[in-house]
Amino acid sequence: MTTADPTVEDSEDEPTLKLEVETAELSAVPLRVEDLEKRFGGITAVDGASFEVERGTITGLIGPNGAGKSTTFNCITGFHRPDAGSVYFDDEDVTGRAPHELARAGLVRTFQIARELGEMTVMENMMLAPKNQSGETLWRSVLPGTRDGVRDQETVNLERTWRTLEFFELDHLWNEQAGNLSGGQRKLLEMARVLMTDPKVVLLDEPLAGVNPSLEARLLEHLHELADRGYTFLLVEHDMDVIMEHCEHVIVMHQGKVLAEGEPAAIRDNEEVIDAYLGEDV
Amino acid sequence: MSSGEPAEADPLDRLRDSDVTLIVGGLAALYLAYVLVGIVAGLSPRGIFATITQLTLLITIYAMLTLALNLHWGYTGLFNIGIVGFMAVGGYTFLMVTMPVAEPAARSAGGLGLPFVVGLVGAVVAAALLGFVVGLPSLRLRADYLAITTIAMSEIVRYFYQSNAFQEVELGGILLGTGGGSGLVGGYTTPFDTYVYDAGWFEGVVEFVDTTFQISGTLGPNIETLFDALVLVVVVVGFYWLLKRTGESPFGRVLKAIREDEDVAGALGKDTGRFKMKSFMLGCALMGLAGALYVFFQLGNTVNPTVFRPRLTFFVWVALILGGAGSNTGSVLGAALFVGVLFRGPLYLKNAIENLVEFPDAPDTVAGGLSGFLSLDPVPFIAFLFDNMGSLRIILLGVVLIVLMKRRPQGLLGHRTETAAAVPLVPVETATPSSVAGSDGAEATDGGRVDTGQVDNEGVDGGGEGS
Ligand SMILES: Nc1ncnc2c1ncn2[C@@H]1O[C@H](COP(=O)(O)OP(=O)(O)OP(=O)(O)O)[C@@H](O)[C@H]1O
Ligand SMILES: [Mg+2]
Repeated sequence: MTTADPTVEDSEDEPTLKLEVETAELSAVPLRVEDLEKRFGGITAVDGASFEVERGTITGLIGPNGAGKSTTFNCITGFHRPDAGSVYFDDEDVTGRAPHELARAGLVRTFQIARELGEMTVMENMMLAPKNQSGETLWRSVLPGTRDGVRDQETVNLERTWRTLEFFELDHLWNEQAGNLSGGQRKLLEMARVLMTDPKVVLLDEPLAGVNPSLEARLLEHLHELADRGYTFLLVEHDMDVIMEHCEHVIVMHQGKVLAEGEPAAIRDNEEVIDAYLGEDV
Repeated sequence: MSSGEPAEADPLDRLRDSDVTLIVGGLAALYLAYVLVGIVAGLSPRGIFATITQLTLLITIYAMLTLALNLHWGYTGLFNIGIVGFMAVGGYTFLMVTMPVAEPAARSAGGLGLPFVVGLVGAVVAAALLGFVVGLPSLRLRADYLAITTIAMSEIVRYFYQSNAFQEVELGGILLGTGGGSGLVGGYTTPFDTYVYDAGWFEGVVEFVDTTFQISGTLGPNIETLFDALVLVVVVVGFYWLLKRTGESPFGRVLKAIREDEDVAGALGKDTGRFKMKSFMLGCALMGLAGALYVFFQLGNTVNPTVFRPRLTFFVWVALILGGAGSNTGSVLGAALFVGVLFRGPLYLKNAIENLVEFPDAPDTVAGGLSGFLSLDPVPFIAFLFDNMGSLRIILLGVVLIVLMKRRPQGLLGHRTETAAAVPLVPVETATPSSVAGSDGAEATDGGRVDTGQVDNEGVDGGGEGS
């Protein structure tokens, strides 16, 4: 994958991105959802969905608009409290835990509609994400004796931020207010930011919408690399080519229920799925 | 109204890099305007001097409050409209801790008789605790609920101090109390009396100034005020330093993120509730300290509940909006502009003009003021307006706010980004030693990545880098 502009890619090697943590040490099924239910007034957005996500995979979650995919994400990551059912992260029941607790444990998500921190720069957005920042303790940041340590850590995080920005081709925007980014750039920033948290399981809600094809291919390649190292991804995506090519396993939701699941090829030929979502000509 | 600040609007854009330039320049312009107006109006040098020292004193108090509010609103997005409540608790606690213990036979309440510094610590702790109690239920709610809770709290606090239920309270044999409607009068010898105002060295300074400037009478009291003002300037510098460090840190970064989108901060693993509580309590503590200093320096170590009316909260908000929420430098400038131009300015101008022009007695009522128009004589009306300058400036305040909201909602310096990080957030040189672009277009390859030109603009405290 070579970029068109030769001046940007002066060094031959592609920027690579390494997460700092060791291979995620998780059980074989780090994420499991049982009989999840979420109602909004009269609407039942999620209606008894159960599924498992295997470690080290990119699992696709597909379904028509309004099938309950995003709501499922919200229930898993603590943004919504499910009306019934349970969520197991690494074999532990985490139903109803606060988002920040789950994120710290390594279960993170991106938002379907990118939620950049508009009046913060791209760099600030990124620097927010790393875990265990000692400077987040007020006194450590303020007192002269401890501030040096904070600075050291900031320098380390800054370097990593910069590498990640380069990888996501956002480096030229480093000092831009995130609110000024384009739609696709915001999605990239959101994904880059969430990877900075050293996650174990990442729920990606249409992360590739509006991302240009060459970068999309590189991001997917990167996801595969991470998956090979034990990271786990649950990916909502409407582009069937991406799902077919890149997911080991696909879950289809329809009207809040899991309609089918299996390998991409099997899903493509599933009559029910074709009726509900794919249509005839796939 | 036109005391000099339009003149600084232009250089403002150029001098933006340096906070010190901005603050010192703004203050200098303000003082210069005051001096010029005074000279033109023929006010006495002593009068001008007194005005300026008092002005400085008030500016410092407002600067502290505005800085604290900036932490709440500018950084964390906490809509606190109960500032005056935290001040009141700080002020009262300070006096109740430091006032001498009441004599056994005394009829009115005394204090705990503890040292000055303990009083200040008490003020800080009490205000922070109140912040905790107020924040506990309301910080987890939407922003407008915090607003309602804080303003209600500030009124409850005021009525609490006003009521005579706690006027005198016997506590472990000590007669304590809030003084009810009549408040508390310190009336004891403070360390400032002992070591400064009544000390030999200070009297020497006063004598020196008096003989040097050959002014009839003594400048003693004015020099005392000047000394107070300088002490408070040091405190403001402390506030500024503390809040700048707080803002320029990972902690401040989380606060900013909460301001922008609390859910995102949560999704990235930040316990937003704790951060909000810390920010809120810190701001409240600083407001309590400002309240104590206000009581001691501005009110002459006395306090009564009528001081702490909600309009004070409103004034601090005006200062913050003027200066620009989100900017510590803007907060200080906003406080100076608010006090100097909007709050004290009209009264000073009135004073100056009255010194120049002989006004007839002002009519008592609006009708009286307007009656002159029947005979096409505007003088009674103008005299009436002048007589009511104190109220008129509140109208002026409203007008300024409206214009500001329409023309420059981000305030004077609100657009300025004060980067939330402990190190300058600039591109990192990626190690590519092999490919030194010697062949052609050397500057083209470097230019894109490490744009140091832009970095310099941003480096607000580049000096603090060296180790
Ligand atoms: N906060 C909410 N309040 C009320 N109804 C909601 C809420 N969130 C989702 N819903 C409803 O729940 C249903 C499922 O929505 P959801 O966002 O989960 O769909 P989705 O599968 O993500 O769709 P899309 O592919 O369009 O993103 C929809 O009918 C939606 O209207
Ligand atoms: Mg969705």
